[in-house]
Amino acid sequence: MGPVEQIVPLNWYIVLSTFLFCIGVMGVLFRRNAIIILMCIEIMLNSVNLLLVSFSAYTGNSDGQVFVFFTMVVAAAEVAVGLALMMSIYRNIGSTDIDVLNKLKW
Amino acid sequence: MSEHLLNDPTLIFLGLLIPLLPLVGFLINGLLSKFLPRGSAGWIGSGVVLASFICVVFIFKSVGPTDMIHIDLFNWIAVSGIDISFGIHIDPLTIIMMLVVTGVGFLIHLYSIGYMHDDEGFNRFFTYLNLFIFFMLLLVMGSNYLVMFIGWEGVGLCSYLLIGFWFKNEAYNDAAQKAFVMNRIGDLGFLLGMFFILFNFGTLEFNIVQKLASGLTPDSTILITITLLLFVGAIGKSAQLPLYTWLPDAMAGPTPVSALIHAATMVTAGVYMIVRSNVLFAMAPATMTIILFIGVTTSVFAAFIGLKQNDIKKILAYSTVSQLGLMFAALGLGAFSSGIFHLVTHAFFKALLFLGAGSVIHALHGEQDVRNMGGLRKLIPITFITMLIASLAIAGFPLLSGFFSKDEILAHAYEANKPVWIILSFSSFLTAFYMFRLIYLTFYNTFRGTEETKSHVHESPWTMTVPLIILCALSIFGGLLGLPEVFSEHHWLDSYLSGVTGGSVPFLHHGEHLSHGMELGLMSLAGFGAILVILYARNRYIKLHQLPPDETALKGFEKLIYHKFYVDELYEKFISQPVFRLSEFTGNWIDKFIIDRVVNGSGWLVDFSGRTLRLLQSGNTGFYVFAMVIGMVVLFIIRLLI
Amino acid sequence: MITLLLLFFPLAAAAFVFLADHKLAAKLALGFAVIELAISGYAVSKFLKEGSEAFFVFKPWISYPKISFHLAVDGLSLLMILLTNFLVPIIILSAFNRVIKNAKSYFALILTMQFALLGVFMAMDGLLYYIFWELALIPIYFIALQWGGENRVAITLKFFIYTLAGSLLMLFGFIMLYWYNPAHSFDIRELYNSVVSEKNQSWLFWMFFLAFAIKIPIVPFHTWQADTYRESPTQGTMLLSGIMLKMGTYSLIRWLLPVLPLGVAQWGPLAIALCVIGIVYASIIAIKQKNLKNLLAYSSLAHVGLISAGIFALNIEGLQGSVVQMIAHGINVVGLFFCADIIFNRTGSQDVYGLGGIRNKAPMFTTVFMVILLGSIALPLTNGFIGEFLLLYGVYEYNTWLSAFAALTIILGAVYMLRMFKKVMLGPTSLRAEGFTDLQWNEMLALGLIVVLVIVMGVYPKPILQLAEPALQLILNKSIN
Repeated sequence: MGPVEQIVPLNWYIVLSTFLFCIGVMGVLFRRNAIIILMCIEIMLNSVNLLLVSFSAYTGNSDGQVFVFFTMVVAAAEVAVGLALMMSIYRNIGSTDIDVLNKLKW
Repeated sequence: MSEHLLNDPTLIFLGLLIPLLPLVGFLINGLLSKFLPRGSAGWIGSGVVLASFICVVFIFKSVGPTDMIHIDLFNWIAVSGIDISFGIHIDPLTIIMMLVVTGVGFLIHLYSIGYMHDDEGFNRFFTYLNLFIFFMLLLVMGSNYLVMFIGWEGVGLCSYLLIGFWFKNEAYNDAAQKAFVMNRIGDLGFLLGMFFILFNFGTLEFNIVQKLASGLTPDSTILITITLLLFVGAIGKSAQLPLYTWLPDAMAGPTPVSALIHAATMVTAGVYMIVRSNVLFAMAPATMTIILFIGVTTSVFAAFIGLKQNDIKKILAYSTVSQLGLMFAALGLGAFSSGIFHLVTHAFFKALLFLGAGSVIHALHGEQDVRNMGGLRKLIPITFITMLIASLAIAGFPLLSGFFSKDEILAHAYEANKPVWIILSFSSFLTAFYMFRLIYLTFYNTFRGTEETKSHVHESPWTMTVPLIILCALSIFGGLLGLPEVFSEHHWLDSYLSGVTGGSVPFLHHGEHLSHGMELGLMSLAGFGAILVILYARNRYIKLHQLPPDETALKGFEKLIYHKFYVDELYEKFISQPVFRLSEFTGNWIDKFIIDRVVNGSGWLVDFSGRTLRLLQSGNTGFYVFAMVIGMVVLFIIRLLI
Repeated sequence: MITLLLLFFPLAAAAFVFLADHKLAAKLALGFAVIELAISGYAVSKFLKEGSEAFFVFKPWISYPKISFHLAVDGLSLLMILLTNFLVPIIILSAFNRVIKNAKSYFALILTMQFALLGVFMAMDGLLYYIFWELALIPIYFIALQWGGENRVAITLKFFIYTLAGSLLMLFGFIMLYWYNPAHSFDIRELYNSVVSEKNQSWLFWMFFLAFAIKIPIVPFHTWQADTYRESPTQGTMLLSGIMLKMGTYSLIRWLLPVLPLGVAQWGPLAIALCVIGIVYASIIAIKQKNLKNLLAYSSLAHVGLISAGIFALNIEGLQGSVVQMIAHGINVVGLFFCADIIFNRTGSQDVYGLGGIRNKAPMFTTVFMVILLGSIALPLTNGFIGEFLLLYGVYEYNTWLSAFAALTIILGAVYMLRMFKKVMLGPTSLRAEGFTDLQWNEMLALGLIVVLVIVMGVYPKPILQLAEPALQLILNKSIN
């Protein structure tokens, strides 16, 4: 048991992560700007990362931290591709509003 | 049951030679006919059958009433449960049948050389005939039901090939097909009967089955089932009610075929089969009653139809059906040897009648309608005399062969069942009438055809007349095979066959034996009746010059029998047509519109759901995310609840 | 070694033919097929001397899940191999003197098909068997698609999806079987000895049965058949009807009865009823078919219905009958489709009602056609009779009435076959039959061989029965315990 845990109980981390995650979800649901949606996704990912790390510390098992690295790498890649796509779309259409971007259907 | 097993290698060799010779003839004629000079097929074909006949005579000389020869060629169908050998069995019954098949068969082969002389299918004809003789011999020589069944179906095939011999004619092909299919209906019964025998007795060997059967309780369900099913086979092959309609149509084949297959040999296979399994049948009185009933009914029914037919071959065909009915009646009465006796004499005179009719047709270049004949007595005298004697024989004129064989059956009927006796006597008077109607219309008065035809009328060549004369002699003296006890020490055929039919004797119900006086009385009654009927026919057709009227002039019962009781039409309407319609209905509706629709429908369903569900793909990212979140929430709730 | 040679020789031959010249392809393919037949002849002698041990091949392949390359040959397999290797040369021979575009691919596909079929008959590991089973579908799909008739695209798609759907069920069945059996193995020896609970067998039965029923086909899973037979090129039809549908009946014996005895005990009566209904149903439909190949397809449906019924009767007579009839039917149906092809090739028509009088022009062809037809309607002394007799007797032992109903096929068979023969071959010479030439050498050779076999097998079926008996007895003992 590390000293940090004794100061901040596990529940706090869980609550914080939940809040962060919900903020992310709400952002994705209600914002129209694609860049903000991407950022909200990042918030969700990070909330999960936080949870993984805290559980990892709590149980003393390093698997969770390894997973966080995975997640961060994937998230970085995703952001790179996602932002590139957004750039390209903005150049062509002049907007990143997802209500405008509805051509990809049946 | 036969007791003595003969192991003489010479006899075994001869026994094998009997069926093999026609087979060799078939192969030579069938495969090598191109390399042989034209016409040789006839002599080869006849030669092998004659050789077979000689072998049979040798065997006949050395096999006594209680002897038999048994040859197991090889295991044919051997599975752990069943073991059926390809076996040959020769006993007195087989010998009688072989004598008829090869003897009459040879005469008909010889006759065909003249009759088919100008036909382009000459070689093919003899190929088929030889094949037929081979299968017929297999039928009578088989040591078990399955080998018999080979012959049984094989002769059906030959019958099919020969009825449709002139295959360019659509009607003939129809007749051939009808014969084959109707025979197959009977064969289905035979096949199922064999299954029952095999299942219950574990073998199909005649002798073993009969021995095992005699240990069962008489009249048990299993015996009745077996015998009824076998009898269904006999009905199909021997053209009894209700499966007789193929036989008159079978007259489409060349006349020698009608004589050989559809009068003398193949159609009597049913009679042979029942006599061969006489113990089984004798132990099933219920079946015997049905056989008697069907035999008697067929006999009268066909005789009625024969009264009004105008095609010379059709008259003879219905006469054959009627006579076969008589034989079955004899079997139904338990008079197995009498059935065989009549089978033999019938083979003689009916073959003769057909050959004579063929000779008439030959002389008139294909004319078959008796209304266009007449006065041929002087023009073709040999044909006339032989046919006249054959008609007398079939009509039961005293002291000719048919008189004795028919009288024996009538005597048995009188002993056992008086109404049957009355009906059968009536039927034989009808026979006498239509036969002499045929004779008078064909040979007496003046020729009714064209002058041109008349000028070409000629007596047939010797190959045709010699068989007529020999068969004529047989028709006269054939009765000697079975002179009743009144005239001789003992009934030769009956005692010769006693080894075969003896097993059934304990199971048969015997009426009181007729006194000799009674027997003579019955005989003279039958003889007189026949003569009276002949005189009546003479009065009608010679004195009064009556001619068969056109069909439009016929009324009531006459019209009914002219149209053969409309049986063909009924079958066509109630069996053939419904089957065809059912076939179209199932093929076009059930198969295409129900089953295939279900299959295609499942494909369509996938296609349809794809087309419908893709509409959810609206392109609106907000909607996707919303749906995703809702989905997750739903999953969480489900997880919580469970 | 002999097993591997037997199995892989056609594959190597296919590769070789594919690389060869178009003109040479047919001859090369025939040569290879004859060599393969000779190899199988050698295999028979080896089998008779040394028994099935000489053919045993076992190589571990994938350790988890446990899949092995396990081949073996017993009497049943050997007969099926012989059938395949006898029919393939005949099938190739039937393509001689015909214009075939892209011939080398065509013959290479036929030989690949042979390889896959042999694999099905030899494989003794469930997954290996499954791979061969699916592999067999690929060449025939391309044969039908590339060289087929007018509607080939839609019809081959239906055929492919239909059979694939069945096969996937079987794959799923195999996976379930893998988990349910205590040994966790696909090996047939383990499957024969494993005990799967009755409830699971009941499910598994349907997965396997449907797969086989579609392939055989058993009514009501047959609607791909007539169309596919009609639209495929003749050689494709022969492969399909002569050999490929035997995969289904063979698999019933090898993979269904002994592996799932409890499932068979539970559902067998329903299956046999379906088969018997199918016999009569198909026979009735066949009567009024207008297209010659359709008619033959329905007749084939009736025959395989009887074969399957005999298998589900679960007795040695039925099984023996089914083996004999599989061989007989394979030979006869290839002969019949070849005759249909000859007619189509000469007259340009398959319309039963539009032909007639061919006999006047081609007596030799008529005789040969007649003999094969007689074999097909089970006349005694032809191969069809031995099979039908044993099958009907097997069904009779199972249930009398069912047998009587099934035996209607001998009447209906005569009706539709003779009707067809009459309309096509007999009667006055029709316009289309003018100029009909009699058999050429390759046709004479192929049909002659078939005719000889039709009669020889009918007169002396003992070798086949003896070869099959021990294997079938073994399977039967597993199936009724």
